[in-house]
Amino acid sequence: MIRLWFKSGSPWIWLNAAAVSTSLIMVVGVLSLVTVRGVGHFWPSQVTQFSYQEDGKALRTIIGEKVDTSITPAAMAKSTGFKMADDEDTLVQYLIKSGNRDLTGADFQWIQARNVKEQSDPVDMMVVERREWGNFYGKLIEVKEGGKPIASGVQAWPVLQTKIDEALTVFKEISHLEKKEIGAINYSLERLRLKERKLELENKLDDAAKKDLAAEKAGYEAEYKQYQTQLAGLYQKVRLTSLVASTESGETLEIPLSKVVRAFQPNAMGIFDKIIHYATKVIEFLADDPREANTEGGIFPAIFGTVMMVMMMSVIVTPFGVIAAVYLREYAKQGFTTRLIRIAVNNLAGVPSVVYGVFGLGFFVYILGGNIDQLFFPESLPAPVYGTPGLLWASITLALLTLPVVIVSTEEGLARIPSSIREGSLALGATKLETLWLTVLPMASPAMMTGLILAVARAAGEVAPLMLVGVVKLAPTLPLDGNFPFLHLDRKFMHLGFHIYDVGFQSPNVEAARPLVYATALLLVLVIVGLNLAAIVIRNNLREKYRALEG
Amino acid sequence: MSEINTHSKYSSAINQSSGGAHERWRLIKDAIARYGVIAGGLGVIVAVVMIFFYLLYVVFPLFLSATAEPVSHYDVPEQALGKTLLLGVEEQNEVAARFTDVGQVIFFQVPTGKTILTEAIKIPQGAQITSFAQGSPNNEGAVIYGLSDGKAVIAKHQYKITYPNNVRLITPSIAYPMGEAPLVIDPAGAAIEKIAVKIGDKASTVVAKFGGKIHLSHFEKETSLFSDEATITRTDSVLEYSAVDVTEILIDKDEANLYLLDKAGRLGLVDIGNKTKPALIQEQIVVEAGQKVTSLAFLNGDLSLLIGDTSGLVSQWSKVRDKLNRYAMQKIRVFKVSDKAVDMINTEQRRKGFMTVDADGTLGIYHSTSEREMVKEAGAGSHPTAAAISPRANAALIQSDDGKISFWKVDNEHPEVSLRSLWQEVWYESYPKPDYIWQSSSANSDFEPKYSLTPLVFGTLKAAFYAMLVAMPLALMGAIYTAYFMTPKMRQYVKPSIELMGALPTVILGFLAGLWLAPFIEEHLAGLFALLMFVPLAVILFAYVWQYLPKSVLENIAEGWEAAVLIPVILLSGWFALSVSVPLESLLFHGTLRDWFKTELGIGYDQRNALVVGIAMGFAVIPTIFSIAEDAIFSVPKHLTVGSLALGATPWQTMIKVVLLTASPGIFSAVMIGLGRAVGETMIVLMATGNTPVMDISVFQGLRTLAANIAVEMPESEVDSTHYRVLFLAALVLFMFTFVFNTLAEIIRQRLREKYSSL
Repeated sequence: MIRLWFKSGSPWIWLNAAAVSTSLIMVVGVLSLVTVRGVGHFWPSQVTQFSYQEDGKALRTIIGEKVDTSITPAAMAKSTGFKMADDEDTLVQYLIKSGNRDLTGADFQWIQARNVKEQSDPVDMMVVERREWGNFYGKLIEVKEGGKPIASGVQAWPVLQTKIDEALTVFKEISHLEKKEIGAINYSLERLRLKERKLELENKLDDAAKKDLAAEKAGYEAEYKQYQTQLAGLYQKVRLTSLVASTESGETLEIPLSKVVRAFQPNAMGIFDKIIHYATKVIEFLADDPREANTEGGIFPAIFGTVMMVMMMSVIVTPFGVIAAVYLREYAKQGFTTRLIRIAVNNLAGVPSVVYGVFGLGFFVYILGGNIDQLFFPESLPAPVYGTPGLLWASITLALLTLPVVIVSTEEGLARIPSSIREGSLALGATKLETLWLTVLPMASPAMMTGLILAVARAAGEVAPLMLVGVVKLAPTLPLDGNFPFLHLDRKFMHLGFHIYDVGFQSPNVEAARPLVYATALLLVLVIVGLNLAAIVIRNNLREKYRALEG
Repeated sequence: MSEINTHSKYSSAINQSSGGAHERWRLIKDAIARYGVIAGGLGVIVAVVMIFFYLLYVVFPLFLSATAEPVSHYDVPEQALGKTLLLGVEEQNEVAARFTDVGQVIFFQVPTGKTILTEAIKIPQGAQITSFAQGSPNNEGAVIYGLSDGKAVIAKHQYKITYPNNVRLITPSIAYPMGEAPLVIDPAGAAIEKIAVKIGDKASTVVAKFGGKIHLSHFEKETSLFSDEATITRTDSVLEYSAVDVTEILIDKDEANLYLLDKAGRLGLVDIGNKTKPALIQEQIVVEAGQKVTSLAFLNGDLSLLIGDTSGLVSQWSKVRDKLNRYAMQKIRVFKVSDKAVDMINTEQRRKGFMTVDADGTLGIYHSTSEREMVKEAGAGSHPTAAAISPRANAALIQSDDGKISFWKVDNEHPEVSLRSLWQEVWYESYPKPDYIWQSSSANSDFEPKYSLTPLVFGTLKAAFYAMLVAMPLALMGAIYTAYFMTPKMRQYVKPSIELMGALPTVILGFLAGLWLAPFIEEHLAGLFALLMFVPLAVILFAYVWQYLPKSVLENIAEGWEAAVLIPVILLSGWFALSVSVPLESLLFHGTLRDWFKTELGIGYDQRNALVVGIAMGFAVIPTIFSIAEDAIFSVPKHLTVGSLALGATPWQTMIKVVLLTASPGIFSAVMIGLGRAVGETMIVLMATGNTPVMDISVFQGLRTLAANIAVEMPESEVDSTHYRVLFLAALVLFMFTFVFNTLAEIIRQRLREKYSSL
């Protein structure tokens, strides 16, 4: 019976089916893993107070968020060096995020469940997000202004919130001044220096020019001084207030409000408060600059850099890809040449992306960029302008990388247009260009769109070549700003994919950064899955349309 | 398409009928567009060819041989001031120094030989120079004179560069690093027969031979914390060594070892780590019987010695540790330099290269690691008396016994790499045996770069192998089922979702593999193996039970939905496998499987290993293979399968005997393209392995691939350096790898398309 069943081949079919199911489970599994971990990060979790006593040691208090639980069988725990009693089957450990890195040296610690004597979630537990040293966990004692306590006990909390809001407003002003105004002055001064150098190189630096330059420089410097005094005032104001809190070990710590991003009491928050908190955190994540070596805060520069790079790339890749596809479908005689081109296209698609990076670095950056610098920017040498990795070169490299995607997709669209349409146009006396431009290409535009979307999806997720041609872990300025000429193609930029690699693997505090990486990964996955789904939908619609045409 | 190509008939008709300027303009536009589009289409080929040739263009100089040409030839300057003991050239190749046997130093212009300055070394009255040596390390420019009254003078030639009026001016001078007063080596005042010195900021060592013994004096400088005053502590000791015949003394730059060579070709290695108690480690004859040592020099870094002999051989001897961790000198390679005696060996100051001059004045430039002969040029034909190679190794001076100095320009950019050093085992300095090693850079300047691509190619293939091991069964079996057995309704959703898998950025897969999968597998290693056993078993069992289900159930679920039905089965059996694995592990292996592997089989476990890479990269490759193979199977003409079924074959027989056979070229090309992708994948490997370039086939060990290596090292490599070009070579290798796979796959696919259309 079983032999007969095996002979029928049915078990093999089932096994083949199992391969499909496994693949599907893997896709869904990866997507849900990223989603679950990415979405959960911003939700304020309970802060627990543990009374903890290790064998032969004094009872101590540990305050923190329970992040993870690990259960190890007794035998395994014994072999890794834990003492296990005979009646214990498993060793349960909690990973606690207890923050206060400035005091204890580490953000996280493992504790054993069996040593926890008591645990509770007191309502007045406070979490302070800081600009330095990560989170603080503890209890608020009082708020000080100018060294004198202004509120303590129950009143302290509302006072703290208003004071933090005030401090944040001042802080915003400070960062506006520092980044926008002073940044613009520095930029102008640098341009002035380059202008001077240029005149010097052209032997036109006479006394009149020198005087002009000096006057201009003095103007900027006066402005700069003014901003400096303004800044000093603001700093003094923001440093005035501070909060005093007690830690798990009973120490008191004074935290100046200039270092505080926000303070909240998660155990006291209702579901509605938590949703609001969640929303603000998500907005902060999407719209703010990173803090603390990218492990906290937002990823706005990375989003912005990715979008800029992808847009530049699209502008470059679309015309080339479409022209190549049009040649393959509309102009070339099918034969040796088209065969060769198809092989070339497939090779472009198959060449490892890092090879594009190497090519981009050597050819675009050092050869093209180096020569551009020699010709057009002699005044800034030896500092390179285009002879160093930057946005322009990254875009061109990725355009080359995604070219086959656009070609293949456009070609498919062109192939689906019935030849009767072309013949009709030609029969009415249109030239071939007119036929293409007025009938064929408009009909194929959804296919081009599909190609472009797929190219964008590919480029948004590519990291290896970008590491070589222009992406950095932290770019001080965006490639688009208010300083002439507004779009700075020579600047380095940040990128979502590289951000994931950098924060997840190069960061000094991987454990603390991990949730943020999951959130970034989720964002990237959402963008890419969204783009791909859009491409699939457009392609399917296109197919339906032409089926109708042909019918 | 071909229909449109016949349009010229129409356009000529248009031309005749109207012929206005507007019509002509339309035709011109048409023609311009035509050429533009053709150029654009051919541009794709240009792009591929350009990438290839650009990579080649950068790599090419690695394999060019070096050149050396005599630039000028002039009389030895100030011949009256004695015979040359040593020649030295400064960095810019403008000024050279000639040290003579009567204690004079003549600085002269390198290109012309015109004297710039002569200076006498401060030798005490009444004393004669009885010995002389260049100090170690040789880029310090120090020399030592041993005198007839038991004293010694240490001097140093140095060059100051200034730019008056924007013109470079080099001013040579003589300095005395240990003070102008001569050092008393032998208080008894015996003449110093041989001498050597190592000069350092903190400590210096002088080794001298007098009275038939080797004496060592060590000077340790201690600067007090509060003033600039330095106190010098001196330690003296005598070496128990039959030193009568010793002709050469060398001290290495760490002052850890002393090398003594005597007339018979006997090399003694002395440990002077303890300055009060130097200990002889080893003595051995370093030349063939009947030959004599004619020259001796440290290779840059002072880790190995170059010994030239009368038969024209130069052998490299390095300290090698044996199994018991004792070190001894061992011959690691030999160069056949000439048929004549090798009279001069001058080593480069920044690389592991050296220059030789034989008894005929023939100049040779070699590199030790790559074992390459870079230059061999016949010289003046007369016996050489002194030679120097410039600090940047781009010029050389050779003095011959006819009283002439010849100045050579050397162009030797990339001696470190040869086909041999890239692909074969190389015996590196202080390594116990020849090995494949990739280690491109280090903090110190006298490091021997190790550019063996073999471990990287090995890592690449290993990663690709494990990835294909995961991906091929899943993707191909999935493709067979999806294309042939699955209902169209389900296929419509399954195919895009698996293709979506391919669109996931590899950085995310790599991140998950490194930070989630690697710890997960480390914890559930046994579970993973259990999974591999349980899941297929569960599927077969379920399938067997399935056919006995009541008809009513079977009818409700149409054929072709097996994959959907199996999802809960796989999930359940997988969960079961993982949960049962922990007790099973404790029971069978008394602890964890990892420990068991280590203690019982001696297999170490890296958290980020080839297994993790295989799974993660397999995940990335599945969609590629699946999509192409599925297309190939799906487009097998229907009449073939229908015919087979009509003749009584079961669906599975039809699949194996007809469909797979017809689609096999397409499947092959799918596998090729998948392999190409696995070979070139960067981010997953970068993040999911430890990136250690080891050659270990074990699935539990890390690896480093060509692609990951490029990503790691490229941003730090100096433009146009050897390292930079070797990385380009790695890129070129990757390019060619994938070029072969992809071209093959594409040609097969084009053939297949023709075949289907004819069927």
